[in-house]
Amino acid sequence: MIDIAESFRTAVHLISSGDSEFWAIVFLSLQVSLSAVAIACLIGMPVGASLAVSRFRGRRAVIVAVNALMGLPPVVVGLAVYLMLSNSGPFGVLQLLYTPSAMIIAQLILVTPIIAALTRQTVETLNEEYADQLRSLGVSRLRSVPTLLWDGRFALATTVLAGFGRAIAEVGAVMIVGGNINHVTRVMTTTIALETSKGNLALALALGIVLILLAFVVNGAVAMLDTTSRQVAHV
Amino acid sequence: MFDRAPMFDDMAADGRPVTQSWELLEVEALGVDVSGMTLLDIPALQISSGGPTVIMGPNGAGKSLLLRLLHGLAVPTRGCIRMHEQPLSPRLCRRQAMLFQSPVILRRSVRSNIEYALAAHGVSRRARAGEATKLLDMAGLGGRARQSGRSLSGGEQQKLALLRALATRPEILLLDEPTSNLDPASILAIENLLLNAARAGTKLILVTHDLGQAKRLGDEVIFLHKGRVTEQTPIEIFAKSPNSAEGAAYLSGLLLV
Repeated sequence: MIDIAESFRTAVHLISSGDSEFWAIVFLSLQVSLSAVAIACLIGMPVGASLAVSRFRGRRAVIVAVNALMGLPPVVVGLAVYLMLSNSGPFGVLQLLYTPSAMIIAQLILVTPIIAALTRQTVETLNEEYADQLRSLGVSRLRSVPTLLWDGRFALATTVLAGFGRAIAEVGAVMIVGGNINHVTRVMTTTIALETSKGNLALALALGIVLILLAFVVNGAVAMLDTTSRQVAHV
Repeated sequence: MFDRAPMFDDMAADGRPVTQSWELLEVEALGVDVSGMTLLDIPALQISSGGPTVIMGPNGAGKSLLLRLLHGLAVPTRGCIRMHEQPLSPRLCRRQAMLFQSPVILRRSVRSNIEYALAAHGVSRRARAGEATKLLDMAGLGGRARQSGRSLSGGEQQKLALLRALATRPEILLLDEPTSNLDPASILAIENLLLNAARAGTKLILVTHDLGQAKRLGDEVIFLHKGRVTEQTPIEIFAKSPNSAEGAAYLSGLLLV
């Protein structure tokens, strides 16, 4: 009990003292996850919105597949990316394994289906309201995609934050493709796993506190966006 | 760029400037069947370019469905619709606009709602601002241009939706019970805008249950019952003595089933 209390005190000190090694881990985590989410938005949002407005044979099956991909097991994604990027894999020549880029790729694969599936849901609901009006104005289905993405921006912000939540909290995939190398690929989740196994509870606790704070910040941002959108009556 | 109908500043001070009319829309052997039920069956119907046409009839008669078919929003099971003697196509539908019973206001400002319609019809960015200002000022919404469109009252939202439709300068404006949920002041404002549009040469095709509105706005009535046109009559005649038993029963307040 005393150990836990002491570890907690040391953790708080680590956070407040501005320890450069500690904050480097936090910043690398943010850099990797934000990059993955940004790229996932560029891919997932147009795909999700196009899926929402298009009508083609097999559309239902594609939607089911995208929804199913939301639950991809991170370690399996990590293994797949590892195989692709290893020296004997098809992309081995790029020498990306055990770099932040490999971690971004792994998180991208995990987050893109989430962004695409949630965007599809949001845009489909909005399209039910807009479809006749947009067609009446002579806007084609394809051209309605940017309109629907823009008008659904407040709801889609929640989607982005959900994707970020998944990315920042992920451990299995980044552990496999990043290797948890100190000062290179060590992020919050992998460090917590490693330091806990080593018995260095203070560092693990400090990073855990930052992760939880990030979760609060993300949820707070969602709540604020919701309030703001209602205030400006764009809902 | 599409063919744009005259704007309000081109219109005559009073009365409709239409001195001659021609067949604007033609319907031939039009039918819509759903699950073995015939929802609409119109062997032939012509709508001329003259004064406003009002479509009346009890609920479920097929009024809204006919309007959607004329605007290309619904596909018939059989038959065809022609506009200017050509089969209805997306290109021809762009020369129409439609106002729905419940206005669909985009999640953006009042001004942006109008500018969006102008952009969709290929109006240059520079011209959009001027046209939007002109329309909003004309309807008394100029002071609320930067406000969110969805924060307007129901009547104002319908007015905005009408301005957005008129911004595209449609040759034909289809209206599906546009004032059914509005108070008298809002109805008057909407009707004044519609009369101005009609005077400027826009053909109005209006669905309404309100005979008073039909008399105020319409030149002729198409009466629908159970998916069939029972009569197409000038409004003065329809209001006094409808040609069909269904029309007479409707006006006398009998419940048509």
